Amino acid sequence: MRCFVGIDLGSTTTKAVVLDEEGAVLGRGITNSRSDYDVACAVAQREALDDARLTLARRALPALGRGAPDEVLTPAAQEALLRRLEQRFRLAQHLVQLDLLGAEVTAELPAVERLFPGARLGPAIAQLLEGLRAEAPAQFLGGELPRTFFRDLAASQWARGAQAAAVPGERPYEALLGAFDKAILKVEGRLFDLGLAAVVGQAVGDLVEAGEIPGGRAGHVERALAGAVAAPLEVAASVGTGYGRARLPFPKERIRSEILCHGLGAHIMFPRTATVLDIGGQDTKAIQVDPDGIVTGFQMNDRCAAGCGRYLGYIADEMNLGVHELGPLALSARKQVRISSTCTVFAGAELRERLALGQRREDILAGLHRAIILRAMSLLARSGGVKAELTFTGGVANNPAAVAALRQLVREGYGEVPMNISPDSIYTGALGGAHFARRDVLAGAAA
Amino acid sequence: MTATPLPAAPAPQKDRSQERQKAMLAEHFARLAAAPETGAKVVYTFVPGNLTELLLSFDILPVLPEINALQSGMRQRSREFIREAEKRGHSEDVCTYVKCDLGMKLKGNVGPTGDRLPNPDLLLLSYTGCFTFMKWFELLREEYRAPTCMLHVPYQADGKVTPSARDYVVRQLREEVIPALERITGRAYDEDRLREHLRRSAEAEEDLVRVLRSARRRPSPIDGYFGAVYYVGPIFSSFRGTADAAAYYRELREEVDERVRLGLGPVTPDGPMGPERFRLVVEGPPNWTSFREFWRMFHAEGAVCVASTYTKVGGTYDEGFRHDPDRPLETLAEYCLGCYTNRSLPTRVDVLCRYMDEYEADGLLVNSVKSCNSFSAGQLLMLREVERRTGKPGGFIESDLVDPRYFSAANVKNRIDAYLQMIEQRRRGAGA
Repeated sequence: MRCFVGIDLGSTTTKAVVLDEEGAVLGRGITNSRSDYDVACAVAQREALDDARLTLARRALPALGRGAPDEVLTPAAQEALLRRLEQRFRLAQHLVQLDLLGAEVTAELPAVERLFPGARLGPAIAQLLEGLRAEAPAQFLGGELPRTFFRDLAASQWARGAQAAAVPGERPYEALLGAFDKAILKVEGRLFDLGLAAVVGQAVGDLVEAGEIPGGRAGHVERALAGAVAAPLEVAASVGTGYGRARLPFPKERIRSEILCHGLGAHIMFPRTATVLDIGGQDTKAIQVDPDGIVTGFQMNDRCAAGCGRYLGYIADEMNLGVHELGPLALSARKQVRISSTCTVFAGAELRERLALGQRREDILAGLHRAIILRAMSLLARSGGVKAELTFTGGVANNPAAVAALRQLVREGYGEVPMNISPDSIYTGALGGAHFARRDVLAGAAA
Repeated sequence: MTATPLPAAPAPQKDRSQERQKAMLAEHFARLAAAPETGAKVVYTFVPGNLTELLLSFDILPVLPEINALQSGMRQRSREFIREAEKRGHSEDVCTYVKCDLGMKLKGNVGPTGDRLPNPDLLLLSYTGCFTFMKWFELLREEYRAPTCMLHVPYQADGKVTPSARDYVVRQLREEVIPALERITGRAYDEDRLREHLRRSAEAEEDLVRVLRSARRRPSPIDGYFGAVYYVGPIFSSFRGTADAAAYYRELREEVDERVRLGLGPVTPDGPMGPERFRLVVEGPPNWTSFREFWRMFHAEGAVCVASTYTKVGGTYDEGFRHDPDRPLETLAEYCLGCYTNRSLPTRVDVLCRYMDEYEADGLLVNSVKSCNSFSAGQLLMLREVERRTGKPGGFIESDLVDPRYFSAANVKNRIDAYLQMIEQRRRGAGA
């Protein structure tokens, strides 16, 4: 089937969205924007296409529910099968990447050992890799799928393992980490192809074993599912956007500004959107759109990334927290510390100064979130104000403390304005891009 | 505050007029370099409200520190000059023209042609719409220990030149400026010579206006911002009222007429511009440190600037003003009062709306520079008002005059791209 792809190459993450012929979202993919944009772009697109195949599987399953009683795949079984399919697929991907990691770490070993005379890392590394492999099934087949990228997941496990395995002199902790750090860059640069079809058999087998699918129907279910996920997806057009858009391997007319893509994406998600606030990794945009999602005006932060997502990233690093932990912590504040500077460069200094003054982390964080949103409010005002409805997008829209601060400041400045936040808000730009791709093709076909 | 460039950077159009302008500049800087030997008197003064004809009537050589600063920006020297001034204690927030000029002085006062600039015999402070001018010359007075003469030009708060304001300026010319010039030169004021210069000014002004107005055509044969900053060079600086300037503008007019006849678009530093896709009016000075790169962000997308306010800082000739040899001091006074940044915000909005209309522009783009509050204060309000009145979209970018630290190419390009695509999308409607 024909599909349309939008890719948003952001400073922190690269997102891809795949639409079907009717403009419905088939799949979404995300990866970290590594130093190699081409790879980031390819990985995000591949993830989105894999996700699209899961959607195709979801669409195909109800057909298996029809027919004679013994053919019935109950709705619960359908859900379970889909979930298993995704789990098996993520596990398979993870294992492929662990193999790549193993190869790269082994290749890096001599160089690392030269830096640490007397070190013999081989056996410890082999053990570390074995440990990662052994942990994988539980990580992916148990409950919730890990929400982190391979790099982050593997890094934290590796660090834990390395700490346990380290022996000063013979296998220093730094050497074990160094080997990983060198290798992971290479692993991230490697593209691999792993079709969803490859795990259909395993997923069905698992459910037969669990008694969810009658054994006699396994072959039938497997064939139907394999057929659905293997349907050819023909990318009819792609549109790229985002910070790194100029680097995308697309012709110029297939590159659109983030402003336009975010405006359109927000409109598609919430058709009554009039104002869009996007706070991304290194820029903040205030966008006004008309009832068709066409941008009528915008303001962006200038060259300084103060108060953007990256700022929160530095604060999280400084506090030894994950960036997703900041918001909830800030919400538990008892009071708000007044913060005037949201300079990213001085984020650490500001924080340490406050802590040295004896202020509570939570209270400082609450103040930081408010300061970020105050900056955004200034951009919103300059772009023409906040009109109903306001749609908040970008990574920072996932942060509950930022959302709370925005709600409060919007109410103070503009009264009650309905505010939309989509759980998929990080894909807003890519979604807008995919719709531009679709419109381009439709307009071309009509012309 | 504001100033005009001299084509030290690669000229956009290697026409005869361009060569002539280069030669004029070389000659001027050679005369300046020789001043200590020849005894020629030198006056430092500002671009808006400059009294070039009056200075020429005394055979005085003008030096324009704003132009030195922007030249340093284009020659990639401003970073080191600004650093030098900051080392002396000037903060990051001070106008970067001021710091660049001071830094150049501190580093030996070597001008764009490599010759040392002479010290001033007089600092002629024409105070038009820029408070910083006063502080700037206070600083230069400390450096050079030169006498200062101030011409106070009242702000055009109600949008027109009133007789009392004009008389006030004329009285200062008679009682302050002319006596000061007589003192440093030891010569008497010669009104006939002044009239002669004013007559030549009016001639050049007529040709310049014709060139700027050529941008009303489709395609526009010139870029009325990036290209036009070169065109206004002579008339805004040391050459207005000279035979050289009159010849330059005659030649330029003929060249542009020829481009019109051939239906050609503007020539850029990267060659002739491709098909015209966007017509923009631009408010605010350009960035000088990345001038070519900045221009490229427009012309590479087929965007031509059809009119700009920056090219009116040294005179709003397109509004009908001409130097009038029959009323020599009155005409100088009216000229000073009429400078673009000496005008009220409503008047500036009117000018912009008129440009949008007369030049059939697709939108107004504001380049808000950190250094210059005379320009920047109120720009966003002006933008909104122009959007409201014309129904055309506005765009807003931020940079600086000559501080390279305040020009983020990626950020500026991002906004320009988004702005142009927004115009395109709105043109096409929802199906874009």
